[in-house]
Amino acid sequence: MSMFAAAEQAPGRWTRAWSGRRRWPLVSIAGASAAAALVLLPLVFLVVQAQQSGWSEVQRLLLRHSVAVLLWNSVRLTLACTVLCAILGVGAAWCVERTALPARRLWAVALVLPLGIPDFVVGFGWVSLEPGLHGYLAAVMIMTLSLYPLVYLPASTALSKVDAGLEETARSLGLGPWETFRRVTLRQIWPAVLGGCLLVTLGLLAEYGAFEIVQYQTFTVAIFTEFKLGFDTVAACTLSLVLVLLSVMALAGELALGGRSASARVGAGVRRNAARVPLGRWTAVVLFALGALSALALGVPVGSLVYWVLHGGSSTLPSTSILAALAHTAAYSAAAAAIATALAVPVTALAMRHRNRLTLLIERLAYLPMALPGLVIALGLVSFSVRYAFSLYQSSLELIIAYAILFLPLAVVGVRSAMGQSSPRLEEVGRSLGHRPAVVWMRVTLPLIAPGLAAAFALVFISSATELTATLLLRPTGVNTLATQFWTYTTDFSYGAAAPYAGLMVAISAIPAYVLGRRMSTLARAGAQA
Amino acid sequence: MSLLSVKGLWKGYAGQQVLQGLDLEVPAGSLTAVLGLSGCGKTTLLRVIAGFERAERGTVSLAGRTLDDGATFMAPERRRIGYVPQEGALFPHLSVQDNVGFALARSERRGKQVARLLEMVGIAPLATRMPNELSGGEQQRVALARALAPRPDALLLDEPFSSLDASLRSRVREEVHGLLRGQGVTTVLVTHDQEEALSLADTVAVLRDGKIVQQGAPADLYEQPSDERLARFLGAVNLVAADFEDGSARTALGRLPVRGERGAIGRAAGLVMIRPEQLEVRVRSEDTHGAGTSAAGLGGRVEQCRYYGHDALLHIRPEHPGPTDLLLARVHGAQALPVGTEVTVAARGPVTPLE
Repeated sequence: MSMFAAAEQAPGRWTRAWSGRRRWPLVSIAGASAAAALVLLPLVFLVVQAQQSGWSEVQRLLLRHSVAVLLWNSVRLTLACTVLCAILGVGAAWCVERTALPARRLWAVALVLPLGIPDFVVGFGWVSLEPGLHGYLAAVMIMTLSLYPLVYLPASTALSKVDAGLEETARSLGLGPWETFRRVTLRQIWPAVLGGCLLVTLGLLAEYGAFEIVQYQTFTVAIFTEFKLGFDTVAACTLSLVLVLLSVMALAGELALGGRSASARVGAGVRRNAARVPLGRWTAVVLFALGALSALALGVPVGSLVYWVLHGGSSTLPSTSILAALAHTAAYSAAAAAIATALAVPVTALAMRHRNRLTLLIERLAYLPMALPGLVIALGLVSFSVRYAFSLYQSSLELIIAYAILFLPLAVVGVRSAMGQSSPRLEEVGRSLGHRPAVVWMRVTLPLIAPGLAAAFALVFISSATELTATLLLRPTGVNTLATQFWTYTTDFSYGAAAPYAGLMVAISAIPAYVLGRRMSTLARAGAQA
Repeated sequence: MSLLSVKGLWKGYAGQQVLQGLDLEVPAGSLTAVLGLSGCGKTTLLRVIAGFERAERGTVSLAGRTLDDGATFMAPERRRIGYVPQEGALFPHLSVQDNVGFALARSERRGKQVARLLEMVGIAPLATRMPNELSGGEQQRVALARALAPRPDALLLDEPFSSLDASLRSRVREEVHGLLRGQGVTTVLVTHDQEEALSLADTVAVLRDGKIVQQGAPADLYEQPSDERLARFLGAVNLVAADFEDGSARTALGRLPVRGERGAIGRAAGLVMIRPEQLEVRVRSEDTHGAGTSAAGLGGRVEQCRYYGHDALLHIRPEHPGPTDLLLARVHGAQALPVGTEVTVAARGPVTPLE
């Protein structure tokens, strides 16, 4: 009898040994801490570098007249582009997801594809055809056409998931269609739209290439110039601090507008799809509008590339160099996408399932890199590796790490929306059916969030493959990616030589963008499947 | 022998104590209903038993195994306790049969065991459907089959019928009841519906202010509630002043026997509870008119009549206010009386004294 009692006790003690830590998942904590540390690394070195010549120097640099001009330039551009992207993104998403638009699946793909064209290639496309294009309006137009998919994607996903019952209830309470959209539908997709707008704002603050091409001075352009041409690290880092501040303000703005209010859906009841709105006479108008948008965002840059490939005498290029550049780009991007997605999962899982001040701080930190131009992250990594890890300096790994840090926010956005699809209630049921947390994760959580993980991977891959600024600084000596080789030719006005590189960049990032678009429309049809 | 036992359980969230020293004994093989208002902590109790939450203090044990005593904690997957949440929480990416087979070993997931379970809950033809193609009742049955698949030692049902519409609810309720009877599995069902609890369970435990205030067979609870609040929670009541003498109560409705051991109550006067169906209502004829309180009962007038078909509830204002303001009497549907009818009310004992 007493032997039995002892045997009964043993598993209890063992249970206590591993679960006594309030169920903190160690793997997630390790992953999230690694992500936070990586993100903070460049920022810390940014501050260290800026501080090196003392605060009076920092003050002198910041109080120059040119800083006010840069501030005005950045703010007015950011406001105009973000509002335009929100309108275009939500409008297009509503037309595709909620109306009886002809050829919806085609539009779902076409509207996402501009994401596969780097901003500086869009700039190149327009300016190489119309050299007179420069300044504020050119910058607003080019950036809006480049960035609106960042709102379109989350908005269309959110729209396809809104429960039709909510809208029907609103209609029965006496609201008209427009009022229903404004007060019910828009509220449901609001966090997604704000998340997209945040990405647009932060992307604008970090952009370098496109503004250089249209000769529009923003903070990032000025920083690049100070660093690359003036070799003034202190000035570059000081100006970067202002940029970081602007971006932090954007993050705070999103928070104030309620961007994080929605979390996992309550319960797991099955949702109904909304009926599509017949467009009737408006069909032609909507088709024309979407057609015009696609023509400007997709047609002009692609057409321009085709023109320069055909007429630019690109046959003089040694084909081996373009293949090598392609291989480098693809390998770096895939590695970075895998790392960023893997880091985003624990960050998001902790923030959503073990919500407290620390985990929320880590999640907020994961968004920080969007507030740092690629240039600054590169700068921070270079300073770090030169001092503490010289073997890392100018290695492929350093560039991959830079990409992973830089695009971690994209991965977090993707994983976060995916995580909302898997209710904690489902995981609990899985465990009560006798499976360990790891097994439940593999059989329940992972299948439910897999589409979101794929989306996160694709987003990071696309962005890395078309990254220019950090790559210009960090690429290993003698190695060229598609972006850097393209940039070298473009700055020499060798448009014909540059075009094939841009074409390849568009091609490799178009495939994930296409897959992404296809998956979105599949999702919309399958309803609650994901 | 008690199979599932909860002793002195404390649990709270963010400074608010939800469960405050709760005790619950669930006999082996029984169906025990935990009855309480929304937000009283019923779901929290189930979640602690299932192992999704930890006890702050107290003990949860199943067939002598300690599951949680505040220090030792057994993971939910090792407890062998099935859980059916409110909306079923089917895995949306798995078909009906894969949901049901989730807990089983890989080789059995599409085997006879799953087919048998689907057959048992009556959804065999839906085996390959996805959850979003099922109705609410069907989802509930899949969730039940899924929870039963690994042959759990106990089963927890969290308001399993509340999302179903009324006609479906009673049918699914009956089927589930029969099913659980057949399986002989120890079951805890939480509900806010007293009719559901009384009609379905072997034992009903009433949860209030973080404690079980009374637990017993449905009839015991209904007839001898521990206090007035509980009496009203379980159904309509009349509270009538009474003088107690040698095991009976002298009331305006006559001398009535006092129920159970509480007849030996050490008080001279107090209130007794009389359920509406214990009152007998007779239309007063001309000759007895004006007699007021007589041996035949208490005179009064129908003030309101709620007709339910199978029965009717009369609100009767006594002629001489004092013992009680308004009497509620449940009568046959056929006996629904028009407002203003003069009646005589008599009571059929026994009555229960209340604090």
